[in-house]
Parts: sequence; C-alpha cells; structure tokens
Amino acid sequence: MSTSLDIAPAGSEPVSFYVAEEHGHHPENGTLLGFWLYLMSDCLVFAVLFATYAVLGRNYAAGPSGADLFELPTVALNTSMLLLSSITYGFVMLAVEKGKQTPALVWLAITGLFGMAFVGLELSEFAHLIHEGAGPQRSAFLSSFFALVGTHGLHVSVGIIWLITLMVQVKQRGLIPENKRRLMCLSMFWHFLDVVWIGVFSFVYLIGALR
Amino acid sequence: MSAGTQDGHAPPGSPHGEEAAHGSLAGYVTGFVLSVILTAIPFWLVMNHVLPTAVATTLAVMALAVAQIFVHMVFFLHMNTKSEGGWSMLALIFTLVVVTIALTGSVWVMFHLNANMTPMSAHDMRNAP
Repeated sequence: MSTSLDIAPAGSEPVSFYVAEEHGHHPENGTLLGFWLYLMSDCLVFAVLFATYAVLGRNYAAGPSGADLFELPTVALNTSMLLLSSITYGFVMLAVEKGKQTPALVWLAITGLFGMAFVGLELSEFAHLIHEGAGPQRSAFLSSFFALVGTHGLHVSVGIIWLITLMVQVKQRGLIPENKRRLMCLSMFWHFLDVVWIGVFSFVYLIGALR
Repeated sequence: MSAGTQDGHAPPGSPHGEEAAHGSLAGYVTGFVLSVILTAIPFWLVMNHVLPTAVATTLAVMALAVAQIFVHMVFFLHMNTKSEGGWSMLALIFTLVVVTIALTGSVWVMFHLNANMTPMSAHDMRNAP
C-alpha cells in the first residue's frame, strides 16, 4: 500500500484504489467484528457474575433458598417472552434485508413490547422478593442472584432504549446503510442477551429450584 | 492482503456489508422451534420431577442449556467459521476458554476453601457479624 503511494505520490490511481478498498470493505466488517468483540467482553462480565453465583449460591445465611422463592411458571413465562422477542427480531432483520421499512418498524415495535414484558415481569418478581424480605441484603445467595439477574435485566432495558432510538432513526432516515448496520449490531446484542438468559434460567432458576 | 479483499466485494458506493451472515425465514423458524423444545424439556423435567435424582436432573438441564446455546449461536447469531474471516470464531473460542477457566477455577478454589473452614451451625450463622 505505502509502496504504491511512494512510487506515484501525485498519481490519482493508487489513491483512488486505496480509498475504494477502505470504503468498500473495511468499515462495515470492522464495526460488526468490533461489536462482536464487545459482546465477548460482556460475556466475560456475565461469566464472572455466574462464577460468583456458583460460589455463593448456597450460602443462605439461614434465609430462604431458591426452592422456597422461585416461581417456575413465572420464569417460564419470562423465558417465552424473551424467546418470542428473539424470533421477532429475526423477522426485523428479514424485513430490513428486503428493504421493507414499515414491516421492519412493526416487528421492531413487537420486539420492544416483548422485551418490556420481560423486564416488567422481572421487576415485579424483584419487588415481590424484596417485599417478602428476600432482598439482596438478606444473604450471599440473594446478593449474587440479584447481581446476576439484575445485570441481565439492565442489559435488556438498555437494549429496549436502543431499539426505540433505532425506530426513530429508521422512521426519520429510512433503511440507509448506517441504520442497517446499527440494526445488525442490535440484533447481535439482543440474541446475545437471550443466550445469557438460557444460562440464567437453567443454572439459577431450574437448578436452584431443585435444591 | 489486497488480493483477498479485492475480488468478490461490492463496488464502492453500493450498499455494502452484505458479506455478514444473514438468516433466512426457514433458519429463524427452525431455531425458534428447536429453542422452544429445548426450553420446554428442562422446565418439564424440573417441575414434574421426572428424573429420579436431583443430580440426574441437574446434568440433564445443563446439557439441554448447552444444546440451546448452540442452537442460538447457529440460527440466531449466525456463527460460522468463515464470518469476519474467522476472527469472530477465534474471539468466541478465546472467550470460552477464559470463561471455562474463570468458572471452574472459582468453583474449585472456593469449594476447597469451604471444605477447610470450621463448620458453622445455622445458629452461628445467624449471629455471625
């Protein structure tokens, strides 16, 4: 690259070649790969919280255990909300690929509603636990539980804010390449949170309810 | 370096980034159906006490979770060995190695630490500072 520029510093041909490559290929993949690397670092955050829960999850301090507290039907409903939002986000991406703006916005709105239902159910569960005296300060088990599940819920909440922002963006600017890229990143974020939730409902709720 | 990026990509100015893996309707529906099945089974196992021991149920739930994570990775996140020239797969493998070390290491070390602690009764715990 630099040698061709050295040979013909004033020539326009090597420069345009260089520019073409930069714009045609790199920035797009760079964003998606970079976002994937962010998700992997986020994965490490969740891994540490899972490890904390794995270590402290049985230290009840003579308080309630998971088997006493967890209501599995609610968790099943919560899980189905997130799973449904995952496939509706898939429909968003399919609509975006075909350049259909209105269906994309409708599916985005449905995805957001499922996400809000998830966060709402989780918040009501937290409120119920705290009301029962099983708040995060009750035992090491509950501290690690609230830290892990709360961090996931916070991620979903931020995802919903991002989703609404993108709905406004798409409404104003249409499905331009920049918005497509942003929707792609949110797609990865959203599906990633669903993957983390698989770990939460299996490891925390289901196995916790067995103890 | 330029040889690889030269051939087969869109000319500048056209909507780019189409090399990133996209799903199809069939792919999303397949992933969703598999996820529903792989979610329903562990809930059914735990809520109806299907398996005789808790250890067996735990192992089954773990195995189904791993299977479902795999399904999500393939059908929703479109992971494959070729996307981003293999770099995303490399990053994933590296992360999985670190996650495995962090999880097993924490559990292993803390289990031994607990085993070497003076036993505490529930009464002691309640009055612990």
